[in-house]
Amino acid sequence: MPIEFEAPKPITNAQFVLKTVAEEMMRPKSRYFDEHEHEIPWDYIEFMHNAMKAMGGSSLAPKENGNGKDADKEKRPPIGYQLIAAQLEALSWGDVGMYHCLPGGGLGAAAVHSAGTADQRVKFLSRFNGDKPTFAAMCITEAGAGSDNSAIRTRAVLDEKTNEWVINGEKIFVTGGDKSFTEYEKLGRGFIVVWASIDPSAGRAGMRGFVVEGGTKGVKVVKLEHKMGIRCSDTAAISLVDARVPFENILGSPTVEKNNAGFKKAMATFDATRPLVAATGVGVARAALEFLKEKLAESGVKIRYGLPRQKLTSIERDVIDMEIMLKSSWLMVIKATWMADNKKPNALEASMSKVKAGDVATKITQKVVEILGPLGYSREFLAEKWMRDAKITDIYEGTGQINRLVVARQILGYSGAELR
Amino acid sequence: MYSFDPTEEQQMLMDAVKKYAENDLRPAAHEAEETTELPKKLIGKGWELGLLQASIPESYGGFGERSAVTGALAIEEMAFGDLAGTLAVMTPSLFATPILLAGSDEQKKEYLPRVVAGEWSPFTAALIEYAFDFDPNDLKTTATLQGENYVLDGEKAYVPFARGAESILVYAKLDGQSQAFIVGKEAEGLSVGEEREKLMSLNALPMYRVKLENVKVPVANRLGGAAGHDFDILLASMRIANAATAVGVANAAFEYSMNYAKEREAFGVKIAQKQAIAFMLAEMRTEIEAIRLLTWEAAWKLDTGREDAANEAYLASTGAADMAMMVTDRAVQILGGHGYIREHPVEMWMRNGRGVAMFTGLAIV
Ligand SMILES: Cc1cc2nc3c(=O)[nH]c(=O)nc-3n(C[C@H](O)[C@H](O)[C@H](O)COP(=O)(O)OP(=O)(O)OC[C@H]3O[C@@H](n4cnc5c(N)ncnc54)[C@H](O)[C@@H]3O)c2cc1C
Repeated sequence: MPIEFEAPKPITNAQFVLKTVAEEMMRPKSRYFDEHEHEIPWDYIEFMHNAMKAMGGSSLAPKENGNGKDADKEKRPPIGYQLIAAQLEALSWGDVGMYHCLPGGGLGAAAVHSAGTADQRVKFLSRFNGDKPTFAAMCITEAGAGSDNSAIRTRAVLDEKTNEWVINGEKIFVTGGDKSFTEYEKLGRGFIVVWASIDPSAGRAGMRGFVVEGGTKGVKVVKLEHKMGIRCSDTAAISLVDARVPFENILGSPTVEKNNAGFKKAMATFDATRPLVAATGVGVARAALEFLKEKLAESGVKIRYGLPRQKLTSIERDVIDMEIMLKSSWLMVIKATWMADNKKPNALEASMSKVKAGDVATKITQKVVEILGPLGYSREFLAEKWMRDAKITDIYEGTGQINRLVVARQILGYSGAELR
Repeated sequence: MYSFDPTEEQQMLMDAVKKYAENDLRPAAHEAEETTELPKKLIGKGWELGLLQASIPESYGGFGERSAVTGALAIEEMAFGDLAGTLAVMTPSLFATPILLAGSDEQKKEYLPRVVAGEWSPFTAALIEYAFDFDPNDLKTTATLQGENYVLDGEKAYVPFARGAESILVYAKLDGQSQAFIVGKEAEGLSVGEEREKLMSLNALPMYRVKLENVKVPVANRLGGAAGHDFDILLASMRIANAATAVGVANAAFEYSMNYAKEREAFGVKIAQKQAIAFMLAEMRTEIEAIRLLTWEAAWKLDTGREDAANEAYLASTGAADMAMMVTDRAVQILGGHGYIREHPVEMWMRNGRGVAMFTGLAIV
């Protein structure tokens, strides 16, 4: 296919539907859930669960290939990741915090999807099409291991008598950890994917993900963080003390190879998820920029596109620059997900899209608050909230610096040892 | 559908242009800039690639169809070699492409075959004016209808190859709008400056001031005929070309400084192994990609007749100016003191990079 920028129908349809969802279900509650941290937006969760079921599948994880009845569809170029990116962008335009309360597998399912076997996918992912909304989460980060996630201390030891893995450690900053692990009556049974070492002497090669079912004994949500933004999203600390999980819940090989294949596979998840996180940043940035333009229009300020810079007012320049950032950032998301859909290696493009979106989301939301002055700073409007929400884009799924490292290694052809 | 793969044909064209850019334009660039001369043979070889010819239908002497996307892809590759050389090779398009896009049938028949037949010859266009707040939509040069003629008055700047040009497409303000007029070299009242423009860069490209004093142009020579034409698409095509060349120049600076950083050692490691350098490179690559995609989208919108094509082209060109300055500045920084010395091309690219903010009107796709 030649170079083309026509959004496919399923994407424009999704954008249309989700805009209404964002306007009706999210925006009116944005402020409430920002001010009532740790309250769960049940109405929204149930609505989204039913809506997604009605649309033919509740999991946002891309549909399996090789599933006979989809054979016809597969003749068309796949757009799974592009569609998810568009959905997340649209929902994040509504509210990034509430977007995180979208039922479905999230990052936990993404890990199972990319590192698990076909059997594991069926076993762990089909629950997201069940009667009740269901969540899953990804637990890599520890107090002593953030960006450097090879430093994790959590251990998994095989108990050969019972053929179970025994896991010990403490995870922090788990997005959706509470909804994925704690047993709520209104929710289906979720799971968390816990990254642990099966052989600390092997370093990265010994790292594996383990599916830990909700309610597993010895596992506890010990804390919910208070945050600057995305306050509707629970961020949990989870401790594991002699937690036992079945042998077959390990993602990847149970034995340690010489190479880093297992770890690399875990990191490869990021090639798929980074552009999606970038998409959420684009969404909140678009919300802020559109709001600014509305407020300016109400005050009779017109943006005179097409003029040379020298003739523009400072506000016009800012708005035009923000539009350039926003549009190009979105195109980078689309390109990175298009590559993922077409099975082209996209580590470079995925990280570039995240670098760009991290910058763009923070810069635009901060600038919008500044331009709106006392209105921007006021909690009467959402601009100040969006600025708080947007900042996370540049922190999770690899900080801006970590993604710059990935980009630099890719373009320079350097290993982690050559550029750290 | 979204898609980011050039067609096979486009890829072949890009490869051919890249070869010329790397093997011919780039090696000649430094000397051309210092001596202010571009070898005729060099321009001729670029002309033979047939970028303009391939955008003009057979009925008018060419052998293809115009596409802004193809044009943007090709001109980016060429500017990767050298900007001045690229603008020189493509100067005849400044005259021919607007005629192709907006000319009357008579104008196409009369001029297009003349431009594309045979060798490169100096047909050009005059858009830019010498004012700090130059605005292509608010020209100071005026056109007024007097009987059978339009009368042009004003002064144009940065007109490539104006001396010796067969015909110049002159843009002037008519009834509040920018319109183009075909002016032959023999026209009375037309005078091309003796001296070349002296700019911060593009020294190899001969550019001149052009004065128009009471120049009479027959109504038939208004682009599009008596009814005129839509200036927006022409401006959009120029802005897309400007953005695409900016991407090419920036990419040249990025690659050169990246390769340098992988060789140069300081404190016992390659400087590229230092995050301060590596992060600059990562950001350069990221910003180049951002503007490249925006430029492609603008070109695609123009090709498919989208309503917002002109605005998108404006955004791409505006963004390209910042991007090119940022990337080329950093390329010099990465080479340190050596970057400041003219033996390395990065300082020239930095001078080119600043020009992107002023160069709309020097190229068109
Ligand atoms: C709201 C929220 C939700 C989260 N959700 C999840 C989740 O669901 N699952 C999960 O596993 N984790 C999650 N995280 C964790 C997140 O991924 C980490 O916080 C992040 O990776 C950074 O780690 P850190 O906080 O330990 O910072 P550090 O790694 O200590 O970094 C501190 C600073 O040093 C910089 N830095 C670190 N290493 C380098 C280097 N090599 N070169 C240059 N600079 C460097 C960083 O960029 C940063 O600026 C979440 C975090 C938050 C705040």
